[in-house]
Amino acid sequence: MSHDHSHDHTEPPSDMELRVRSLETLMVDKGLVDPAALDALIDMYENQIGPRNGAKVVARAWTDAAYKQRLLDTPSEAITEMGFVGRQGEHMKVVENTTDLHNVVVCTLCSCYPWPVLGLPPVWYKSAPYRSRVVIDPRAVLREFGTEIADDVEVRVWDSTSEMRFMVLPQRPGGTDELNEAELEALVSRNSMIGVERAKPNNR
Amino acid sequence: MNGGHDLGGMQALGPINAEVDEPVFHATWEKRVFALCLAAGFLGKWNIDIGRHARERQHPADYIANSYYENWFAGLLTQLQESQLVSSRELNTGVSEAPATDVRVLPAAKVVETLTKGGPVHMEVGHEPTFTPGARVRVINAHPPGHTRVPRYIRDRVGVVRTHYGAHVYPDRSAEGVKEGQHVYSVQFGARELWGNSAPENNSVFVDVWDNHLEFA
Repeated sequence: MSHDHSHDHTEPPSDMELRVRSLETLMVDKGLVDPAALDALIDMYENQIGPRNGAKVVARAWTDAAYKQRLLDTPSEAITEMGFVGRQGEHMKVVENTTDLHNVVVCTLCSCYPWPVLGLPPVWYKSAPYRSRVVIDPRAVLREFGTEIADDVEVRVWDSTSEMRFMVLPQRPGGTDELNEAELEALVSRNSMIGVERAKPNNR
Repeated sequence: MNGGHDLGGMQALGPINAEVDEPVFHATWEKRVFALCLAAGFLGKWNIDIGRHARERQHPADYIANSYYENWFAGLLTQLQESQLVSSRELNTGVSEAPATDVRVLPAAKVVETLTKGGPVHMEVGHEPTFTPGARVRVINAHPPGHTRVPRYIRDRVGVVRTHYGAHVYPDRSAEGVKEGQHVYSVQFGARELWGNSAPENNSVFVDVWDNHLEFA
């Protein structure tokens, strides 16, 4: 599944490269797609939209109690307020991790994921091993990500079967009282907003 | 459909092997497949549920063995042919025999605006939800041959309605090209109900389920 980067790029193109190129040419020739629109779509999701958006939402929720309440009560509106809107984020729900409760998100049936706040999902999120196992054995899956959950902590798995999209609000790490919003944002990893990891500790 | 996509609870699929500092795309063709699928979705010939079903209908061995964007590519080929936008001869030769008619093509200038607008699925249905938060519900034991968003692992299982999200487009019908609204709920299932008594008592799974897949338990 993962692309091997050890080869040099003077090799002939792969079978998929050729098949996709051929289909794109055909679709352009038939007037089904505008090639410049394809470039714009790629730029949008490769360069413009990504998990730094979600990290801004989390850092603000950590520092602004009123915003955090809005984020939990009316998540779509609170996220829209930050300017992160659009496809695959139309209907948002935010679930909060606490000392007693750990939430983790999956889409067992495909790859549903909140694009406006997290960008496109990583390969592992879309992979059969993650999708199959996180619902039946979430604690082992979390351990595989280096996240130990104590036996007395409740674990909730959110399977994205509808058009609702879930984002985890990770717990604010200890010892971060002195940090400003931008510094806090740097502690918020993509994986912590999926719920497979915690926010990074403050190593300053 | 009990297809290869319905993976919840399957075992023996190996470790997750998350890649560190993973790029958004791993090859040029992945970018192009992503963009082709997204752009073609605006042609007006299919909706997201039809798109999902096109990928799910593959042989389970292919679905699981394929990489993610290989599955998108396979689904796109199916959709282009079934909606008669592209003939099998054109796919074989790669040569266009006639320009497409009756399609709306997403222009580059509209990409950001269109994707930023998104496509909300809320609908008015004109009747009250059947279930309210706190209701004990059982997922009906049905195995529809078409598209459904009810994973196998919750069928015939009992859970508790936690949230009513309103009425959304109902995917089972949407995949047949019919836009119909239905109330949808967040239902919490205890891990022991789903996986048996060896599961921790304080694990649960929240699944979104539409009205007519539920009955009072």
